[in-house]
Order: sequence, then C-alpha cells, then structure tokens
Amino acid sequence: MKKLFSVFLSAIISFVPFIFAFAKESDDIDSLKGTKLYVYNWGEYISDGEDDSLDVNKAFTEKYGIEVIYNTFDNNESMYSKLKSGGISYDVVIPSDYMIERMIKENMLEKINFNNIPNFKYIPEKYRKLAYDPTGEYSVPYTVSFVGLIYNTKLVDEAPDSWLALWDEEYTNNILMFNNPRDAFAIAQSILGMDYNNESAPAWITAAALLKEQKIVNPVYVNDEVFLKMEAGEAALAPYFVGDFLSMQENNPDLDFVYPKEGVNYFVDAACILKGAKNKRAAELYINFLNEPEVAKANAEYICYGSPNEAVYNDPDYEYYQDELLYPEEGAFKTQIYTNLSPEILALQSTLWDDVKNYIPSGDSNLSLFLGGDSSGTTDEGEKMTSETRKYGLYIGIFVLLCLAYIIFRFARKQYREKV
Amino acid sequence: MKTLSRIYTVLVFAFLYAPIIVLIVFSFNLSSSTIVFDGFSLQWYKALIKDGNTLRALYNTIILAVSSSIIATILGTSAAVGIEKYKKSAFRSTIIGVTNVPMMNPEIVTGISMMLLFVFIGRALRIESVLGFGTLLIAHVTFNLPYVILTVLPKLRQTDKNLSEAALDLGCTPLASFFKVVLPSIMPAIITGLIMAFTLSLDDFIISYFTSGPGFQTLPIAIFSMTKKRIKPDMYALSALIFVSILVLLILYNSIQIKSEKKPDKE
Amino acid sequence: MRNQSALRSKLVSSPYILWAILFIIAPMIFVVYYSFTTASGDFTLDNIKFLSKYLPTFLRSIWFGIVATLICLLIAFPTSYIISQKSDKMQRTLILLVMLPMWMSFLIRTYSWMAILQDTGLINSFLIKIGIDPVHMINTGGAVILGMVYNFLPYMIMPIYSVMAKLDFSMIEACQDLGGNKINVIRRCIIPLSMPGIVSGITMVFVPSVSTFYISQKLGGGSFDLIGDVIERQFQQSYNYNLGASLSLVLMILILVCMAVMNRFSGDEGEMVI
Repeated sequence: MKKLFSVFLSAIISFVPFIFAFAKESDDIDSLKGTKLYVYNWGEYISDGEDDSLDVNKAFTEKYGIEVIYNTFDNNESMYSKLKSGGISYDVVIPSDYMIERMIKENMLEKINFNNIPNFKYIPEKYRKLAYDPTGEYSVPYTVSFVGLIYNTKLVDEAPDSWLALWDEEYTNNILMFNNPRDAFAIAQSILGMDYNNESAPAWITAAALLKEQKIVNPVYVNDEVFLKMEAGEAALAPYFVGDFLSMQENNPDLDFVYPKEGVNYFVDAACILKGAKNKRAAELYINFLNEPEVAKANAEYICYGSPNEAVYNDPDYEYYQDELLYPEEGAFKTQIYTNLSPEILALQSTLWDDVKNYIPSGDSNLSLFLGGDSSGTTDEGEKMTSETRKYGLYIGIFVLLCLAYIIFRFARKQYREKV
Repeated sequence: MKTLSRIYTVLVFAFLYAPIIVLIVFSFNLSSSTIVFDGFSLQWYKALIKDGNTLRALYNTIILAVSSSIIATILGTSAAVGIEKYKKSAFRSTIIGVTNVPMMNPEIVTGISMMLLFVFIGRALRIESVLGFGTLLIAHVTFNLPYVILTVLPKLRQTDKNLSEAALDLGCTPLASFFKVVLPSIMPAIITGLIMAFTLSLDDFIISYFTSGPGFQTLPIAIFSMTKKRIKPDMYALSALIFVSILVLLILYNSIQIKSEKKPDKE
Repeated sequence: MRNQSALRSKLVSSPYILWAILFIIAPMIFVVYYSFTTASGDFTLDNIKFLSKYLPTFLRSIWFGIVATLICLLIAFPTSYIISQKSDKMQRTLILLVMLPMWMSFLIRTYSWMAILQDTGLINSFLIKIGIDPVHMINTGGAVILGMVYNFLPYMIMPIYSVMAKLDFSMIEACQDLGGNKINVIRRCIIPLSMPGIVSGITMVFVPSVSTFYISQKLGGGSFDLIGDVIERQFQQSYNYNLGASLSLVLMILILVCMAVMNRFSGDEGEMVI
C-alpha cells in the first residue's frame, strides 16, 4: 500500500509519462525475479539483521526476488583499484564524494534514471547536486558525516581538542591512524592549516613529513580494525568517523569523541551505478529501496552515520534524532570536503604514503618545526632512511659472510683431507 | 634426557596449539568478545548455522578444492608419465624447472602474475568481471600441479620397468598395460598428491585473494574480510567445527591404516 | 613399435605442457612486461629506478625471513629428531598432530594470536593478575616473527622428519660404534644425512616468510611494511600495477637466486623432498 502511494506521489511530480512507466514497471520488476544484483559497499555499512535489526539485503530479496551478492571494501582507493582493473564488476557501489567525482571523470559511472527512484524525494535540496556530482545525474546520497577524534577516557586524562594529540609521545604505542592516504594526509593538512585539495607538491611533501614525525609515537595503521581495537581498549586515541564512534560507544562506554579545532573532513557517501552494470533496473530498485523511510532509518540506526534522508532525520522516533554529534549546527566547527585531485598529485600522494609507511624514526621529535609553520622539517630524512638500511644491510651481510665462511671452511677441510 | 625431550616436545606442541585452544574456548563465549570469557553458551554455533554467507563460502571452498585437486591430479599424473619417458635431456630438466616455479615462487607473486594475465585476457576478449570461479579454478590447478607431479614422479621411477614391458610382450596394448600395471603401482603416490592438492586448495588465501571475484568467495577470503572488522566468535565456531571434523577424520584414517597393517600378520 | 609407444607416452604430457605455457610462463611474462612499461603501455625504466626507494623494505623483509627461518630450524630439528626416535605408531600420531593446525585457516590462527598478544590480551591480563607489569608485544617486529615461526614451523618439521624417518639406523649405529659420543653422532652423522630435508625446510619457510603480508598487517599493526605489504598495496589500493609488478619481479629473482644457490649446495637434482 505504502509503495503504491509513494509511486503515485512521484507520478504527480514527474508528470504523465511516468504513469506509463508505472504500468510497465510491475512487469519489469517481475521479470527481474531470480536475477542477481552485485553490490559493493563499505564494511559495517548496512543493517545486517544483527540484534534484531532489519536485514536490508534479505528484505530486498524477499520483496523483489532479486538475489543480492554483497561484498565490502574498506577504503575508496582499494575499491577504485579493484574496479579499475576491469577484473570484477558490480552493479551498485557506494563510494565517497571525491571518488565519485573521479569516477564520473573517468567515465566509470552510469547515469541513474531518477524516474525509477521515487524515494529521491526524501533527499532535500541541500544534499542534491553537490560539488562532486554537479548535474546530480550519477548519485543518490547514502550517508553524510564527519571525521573526528575518538579517545578512551580511561587512557586519556584530559579531553583532547586538537589533532596534535595523535602526535603526543605520552600515548606512544597507544595511537591508531588511518590506513589510507587521503584521510591520513587530511589530518596533517588540518594541523598545517592547509587545504585538503591542495595542488602544490611541496605542500603535500610537508604534510608527509609531518606524518613521518608521527612515527615516533609508533601509530598502528588501521581501517575497519579500529572497531575491534578501540572497543577492546587496545588504544587511547584514534581518528575515525563520528558514526562509527557512536556504534563503538555502544560496546565500550569509556569512549568519547571530539571534533578537533583544526578542522575536520565533511563527506557524503552516495550510491552509484557502475558503467556496464548488468542489472541496472535492479540497481535502481535497490537504491530506491535504500531510501524507503523504514529501510533508511534501520540503516541509519545500525551504522550510526548521519542520514541525508528527511524522513529519517525529521522522525522523532529516530534513535539519533537531533543528535549533536551527528547533526551539528552549521559552522559549529571547521570543515572541509575532499575533491578529486589531479593525476600528478594522486601519484605523488601514493608514493609519499609508501614513504610514510616505510619510515622508521630515529632521534627526537622535530614537531616544533612544523608548529612554527616552518616547512623545512624534512632535512635529515635521507639520513634516517640510510641508517635503517644500514642496520638491516649489516645484519644480512654478516649472515651471508658467516654462511660463506662456513662453506669455504668445509671446502678447505675437504681438500685438506683428500690430500692427506 | 628422556624427560627433557618429553618436556621439549610438549612445549613445541603447546606452541602449535595455543591459538587453536584459545579459539575453541572463545567459540563458546557468552559475549561477542574474543578477549574476555564471560560464560558458556552455544549461541555462536547457532548463529553460524543461520549465516547463509559463511555456509555458502564453505560450500564454494569445498567445490573448488574438490574440482581443482581432481583436475590437477589427472593432469599432473599424465604429465609425470610423459616426463618420465624423457630420459635425461635438456627438455626434461626444463619441464621440471618450470614445474618447480609455482612452488618456489612466493605465493603473492604467483597470485599477482595470474591476476595480470586474467585481467589482460578479460580486456582483450571484452569479458566483464573475468575474475570468478573459472579464474580461481585455473589458479588453484596451477599451484596444485607441481605437488602432484613431484610426488608421482619419484614413485614412477621406482616402478619396475620390466613389469610393463612384460605386459606388452604378453600382448597388452600400451594403454592397457598402463592401466593394469603402472597405474596400480603408482596409486599411493597419486592419492598422496590428491590429498595434498586438496589441502593446499582448501587453505589457500593469498592466490585466491588476487584471482577471485565478487560472485564466488571462498572461506579464507570471507574470513579475511571479516578479520578486517570486528570478528565475531561465529568464525571461531566454524574453525572449531572444521578442526574437530578433521581430527575425527584423521583418527579414523589412522585406525583404518593400523588395522590394514595388522591384517597380514593375522593371516 | 617400442619407439612409437614411447612417443605416445611422451605425448601424454602435452596437455600439461600447454597448461604450463599458458598459466605458468605467460603470467611471468606479464610480470616482466608490466615492470618495464608505464600505465599507458610505453616502455620505461622508471619502475626499476624507483626500486631503490624500497631497499630498506626489502632488507627488512629478508632479515625477518632469515630470523624466522633460523628459529624454525632451531625448533624443528630437535623436534623432528625426537619424533623420529619414537615408535611407529607414536610417530604417526605426532606427525598428524604437527600437520593438523595446517588444516585450519592461517588467517584465523594468526588472528587468534592477536587475542593472545594484545595489550589487553590473554598474556597481559594474566601478567597483571599475578602482579607483573604488562609487556607490549603486539605491533612489534617480534610479534611478526613469532607469527611467521608459528605459521611455517610445520613446513620445517615435515621435510626434516621425513628424511630422518628414512635414515638407515645401521649407519647411525656404525657412527656410534666408531666412538662418537651423542653430540658427535648428531653433528657428523645425523645433520649431514638429513641435509636434504633441512634444505627443503629452509626453502619452505623462508619463501613465505619473506613475502607475507597478512601476518605483518595483523601482528605488526601496519606500523612498518614488509615487501609483501608494499606489493599488495600497489595492486589492491594504489592501482599502480607497474610498480607492483617490478617489485614482484625483484622479489621473484631474489628468491629464485637464493633457491638456486641452496640447491647447488645440497646437490640434489632439483626435485624437492616433500
């Protein structure tokens, strides 16, 4: 009944042609029975029936008879890399804003037929046609949220208010960090007061140097592993998404959250249809289904991210109705969005990231250099790299020499014995 | 000395089994924690039975292991028979060298090299999502082959050449002599190869990780994507079940073997 | 007649040879091809030049591999010897016990180590209970090496044991009769005789240790890279197949050279003892 009503409503909006579409639609949908729909989404990013929540994929299958093959990724870059290789294909994918921009640019996305998404009416104007999809033809927002700093009140005495807490040597071995370049660099860029979408190479190199400085506190690089580690009290501080904080807090009440004063990333994750999707009609059904008020609410309550769906965030029964963290007042803190970077900067970012991960610090912190706004803190980097190389090179050299010496010794002994 | 060696053995086995014991204990945990034991419950076993995705992954894994090990065994045995006929020649050592490659090569290199090949073929033939059951099967057969060949080959060398020649002289066709004389004598090696291939395929993660697609996920891949998030004890429950069933199988196999060894004495 | 049948028998291996060309040799060619081209397919040496940047990672991986292999050898040699001295029935049981863990997914077993080694894990909670300061173990190089030793120990025990089990005991007795004390018997007799097993054990532990990525990610916390991590990242995250391929090429050559050297010294004809 409800579905009929919603179809009726959108029929009025989109005028007469839609009535024909409606007449055809039911056959259309019937003919999709028994087909498969491939969905690629973030990990822990859909209500899956645990703790008596709604199992969204199962409900979709029950309603339309379409089997959902559901796989997850843990960051935008790995999702992009898998899809770009051409080895695999999906129908629906839910990337973040800047990645959508890049995928549109690289012609990886299919235009969505919004006639088939009547529930798009729940998405208010402020979440439509955002910068990453200026024509609004490719994406339907799924979540909106912020990055922030999660900390364990049992392990951190004083509530931090700055990203610099992640550089604090007091918490050595107790700090988690993003295991993907974009989010990790954004934190360094916030501290340095830079634009996240900076196109100047030296700025990125400076940010990388700051990330290398962080190695002194021996951060553990995580993506979805953050849930486990923070919930178990394995770490004191971790940057992550506010929605995930809320879901972690349910399992560990000692956790708390802050939006650092240097500014945070604001992002939108949106559902898109991939170019060459084999089951486009089912993909649109699925995206529409995600925006059914009950489904969207179940998702929003399960994954705890902010919802761009009016029917959810205006619902007083919604668990996070007017939650201060999820739906802060505009301008309560500094935010920046990511946009797509040029290929050169992307390549630079990727090599700098490998540098950061491979860097082993020796000696004291040069953090003060950065805080003074001086960008020359990268001076003795080369030296440090070689000291590490030298160490392992020396070990291996000694080992090889020992082996050689032994072999020569045996050989000589054999010769000697044969002579005797 | 004896007690010392006994203590040593116990320590080594304790090391090998420590994580497995931890895992089995926590599969009975009342809460979803894998660190604190809150009480006994069977809920994770119940959750496992309900979890369609995991069971499907298990099913996929078994299908893949059975088909890839059988193909590898047939292909590998015929290869070994052929290779054996090439006496000491450059050709023979080349084949053996190539055969060694997937075994010597780091798994990650085998995995990525196969992925590069498949992606290339996919692009050339314009097949979308080329990665799937077919590519996984090819990859698994490929890394199983050397193990089959290198177990069958030595056994083949040990078989008495005169026997098959006698069979030929007695009027057997070469094919019949192979099936009646050679095959039975190398059967134990073939079975060992088959079991080895099956095991390797069952447990392989790294090569599957690079060559699998969305439609066909094996258990190790499913576990990998789960260990990235909060792992729940239902995975532990599954592993515990696999462990116990293999333990039972091995004990059965062992006792049958002991019985069959004892029989000749009795007669 | 005989010649014909020999030829026919040789032909039996042709499906395999075709398979080997398609799926063993062709993929290798692709690795080489990708190592020397850019993303758009032009010839370049940049990927190779880039490699010097990853020298520390290579050295670290090799060093970790050497340490893990040596520890495995130290643990496995006495274990195999002790097992081979037991009665037949006991030997079979013990060997099954060694192999049994290999039937469980190594992902889960490694994960289980995480639960043991964590700061809030089993060992540390136990230490706190008996009043000793907890030790930070997870996310260190030591934890990664432990994970390697744990995962690959059976690969060292199995080949050494299978050689030792076949040792001719009259030879060892002769050794003893010739006046060797226990240590001398082991040094002069058992070690040289079980050399083929040791060599293939070293191979089977060193290769996966050098190239692992899961163990270092889980037990090392990603705070330092092994070469496997870098390669995995190029393929699964950075979409830089060319760099990934050139890193794999170097890794492959490195290991094949190591193996060739090992096999030369062990003197067998390239067919491993499994």
